[in-house]
Amino acid sequence: MKLNRDRITAILMLLPSIILLGIFVYGFIGQTAYTSLTDWGLNPAQALAINPEIKFVGFDVYRELFTGFIDVRFRQDLVNTFFFTIFFITGSLGIGLLLAFLLDQNIKGENFFRTIFLFPMSLSFIVTGTVWRWLLQPRGGLNTLPTLIGLEPGQFRWLTSRRQIWQFNWQDLPYFTGLLVAAILILITVNSFRQSRRQRLIISLISLILVLAWTFSGARSVELLPYPETHGFNLAFIGIIMAAVWQMSGYTMALYLAGLRGIPGELREAARVDGAGEWQLYRYVILPLLQPITLSAMIILGHISLKIFDLIFAMAGADNATTDVPALLMYLTTFRGNQFSKGAAIAMVLLIMVAAVIIPYLWTSLRSEVKR
Amino acid sequence: MKRLLALLLVSLFTLAAAQGQLEIFSWWAGDEGPALQALIDQYQGMYPDVEVENATVTGGSGVNARAVLKTRMLGGDPPDSFQVHAGQELIGTWVVADRMEDLTFLYKEQGWLEKYPAGLIDLLSAEDGIWSVPVNIHRSNVMWYNPAKIAELGISVPTTWDEFLSSCSSVQAQGVTPLVMGENWTQQHLWESVALGVLGPDDWDALWSGDLAFNDPKLIKVWDTFGEVLACTNDDAAGLSWQQATDRVVSGEAAFNIMGDWAAGYMSTTLGLTPGEGFGWAASPGTEGVFMMLSDSFGLPKGIANRDNTLNWLRLLGSVEGQDIFNPLKGSIAPSFDSDLSRYNAYSQAAAADWKTNRVVGSLVHGAAAKEAFMSQFATVLEIYLSSNNAGSAANAAQAIASQVGVGQ
Repeated sequence: MKLNRDRITAILMLLPSIILLGIFVYGFIGQTAYTSLTDWGLNPAQALAINPEIKFVGFDVYRELFTGFIDVRFRQDLVNTFFFTIFFITGSLGIGLLLAFLLDQNIKGENFFRTIFLFPMSLSFIVTGTVWRWLLQPRGGLNTLPTLIGLEPGQFRWLTSRRQIWQFNWQDLPYFTGLLVAAILILITVNSFRQSRRQRLIISLISLILVLAWTFSGARSVELLPYPETHGFNLAFIGIIMAAVWQMSGYTMALYLAGLRGIPGELREAARVDGAGEWQLYRYVILPLLQPITLSAMIILGHISLKIFDLIFAMAGADNATTDVPALLMYLTTFRGNQFSKGAAIAMVLLIMVAAVIIPYLWTSLRSEVKR
Repeated sequence: MKRLLALLLVSLFTLAAAQGQLEIFSWWAGDEGPALQALIDQYQGMYPDVEVENATVTGGSGVNARAVLKTRMLGGDPPDSFQVHAGQELIGTWVVADRMEDLTFLYKEQGWLEKYPAGLIDLLSAEDGIWSVPVNIHRSNVMWYNPAKIAELGISVPTTWDEFLSSCSSVQAQGVTPLVMGENWTQQHLWESVALGVLGPDDWDALWSGDLAFNDPKLIKVWDTFGEVLACTNDDAAGLSWQQATDRVVSGEAAFNIMGDWAAGYMSTTLGLTPGEGFGWAASPGTEGVFMMLSDSFGLPKGIANRDNTLNWLRLLGSVEGQDIFNPLKGSIAPSFDSDLSRYNAYSQAAAADWKTNRVVGSLVHGAAAKEAFMSQFATVLEIYLSSNNAGSAANAAQAIASQVGVGQ
């Protein structure tokens, strides 16, 4: 590699942002990771001292979070995030796609409707949260709607209901994880069979068998906790999901609409000439072409939902345990409880979850760019 | 060059001496703003050369202010004086971290040791020092009711929880909520009144000195009683603010409510009710003769720029003049025994009389009795109880947290 003038200029140009990113993003991630491996905050006398004595304790804090008696709230928060993410993404994608299809029918006043559907996205989550908090008050808003047609007012406690459905035992988590991994492996196996890639087929088949064997023999006997602990989907989250979908579905609509406009008219013409009906046209031509957009939308929505904080803070407050998520708990443990290492550990868990969503996406998109 | 530098230094010095600054960090905005402003005005009148910076961070009970304060202290930028709940919220967080100066000399200089009740001085003291100056006193264990509604329901104000529970079903049968409760922290607030009523003041203090375990059978009884009391409350509690809960007592939808005595300020000032006629009060069941207090106080952080100005501020806060300016506006009472009661309303006069005679204990939820690390995790304990309805597991969780954070050490 020769250092010609061009290269030097390039390096000089990049250097400031590399240094700043290195310190203010990766440096601080590293510091948080280190803090999460210490006991900072466990002893109140050291928590806020000028020069706190901090001991390195390895992964103790993480073990405490996932198996400790008093950190049951963190585990329920993870379950909450899981359900919230699933419903939020499917809701936003589904409604966004529907709106985009509707607007794509060359209707009158398309600009008007597009703007209306996009408006919620321009609000901050705090504003959305406040508005929806009012709408979801137990004795007002949505619950009074039935009285307009002479029915009894609704009784559902939107944000404070303590009902929980789809309960499962935290002990069964390894079993469910095994099933999930097996499902993914089955998809990979089927795909590689179709594409007749032998090596990949063999590897995925072997790992599938191993995972299945472990799932049905060993997974049930793994003891995460010394006692059963049930978690489930808190119905209080329905209101939060509604507000989040309301805010973000306009955005997915815009993404899909751009995608629809990018599909050349010739393709539609060709499909019609081949005798495809309207339904077949969408099912076999347009939807497959929209797949990359679905993927990007999922990534964007996915990382929003994993990090969600402000919407819930405004809608239900930080103390409402039935609508808690890890980001809120991180704030509470760090700044109210002075448990800095536990807060840092929750932050790291969040980072790992977001990374699990983002990194595969970056990986594939970077690789396909190189190929091109 | 040297002369120029010297000149510059000298002029900088005079500048600092002539102006002088004082930064007061608090969460008193909104309704409580005027009371703080009156104090600041008084201070400015006494020390016109000092430039006072009123740094407030909004959010009830200091939920946001405390987070901002922590980042400032960790960043090495302490405010000259900050508001903090008197007791363990100050001691368990800032005194043990060696961030505060001992104020015993100020108490001796001003003769405050004789003016405040011994129970209050005990709560403010730890490790051979007195660590902050209280400016007001609120009472946590108060039961509020609407006298006309109580007469209509044909019940008397209960003096024990058993008495309350025995009338519960008859009140429910008349379509009235026996006890109205609000969002999460007001449930914790109810818990501490139930616990004090069931345990009594001696065991309550033993709990915080570490002499009584949180999973002791006595505490199991507290949780069981709490569960029975919860059965007499409204089912939409988590959606109500404390004001909305108070509104239900005023409107007669509910018979009783347990809330700190800021509710008196809300009912008399905001709702315009006459104390004793529009609303009545009593010590929460089983706590007659005990004053569960909480107090806002200010301390002297180490390493601040304007120590003298801050000391003058603390002298004003601790003086009966300062307290009598602040408290009638805030709706609280003065910690000092020689306060001029004619400036206060009927409720506050009654509270001040109790303050002089009652046994004083500290509040858990409002930072007096327990360290922040315990207090903030107590919400989880309550959550465990609410979702499992199991007194044993709640008590064990509380004990696990207490030994982890070292309550009473």
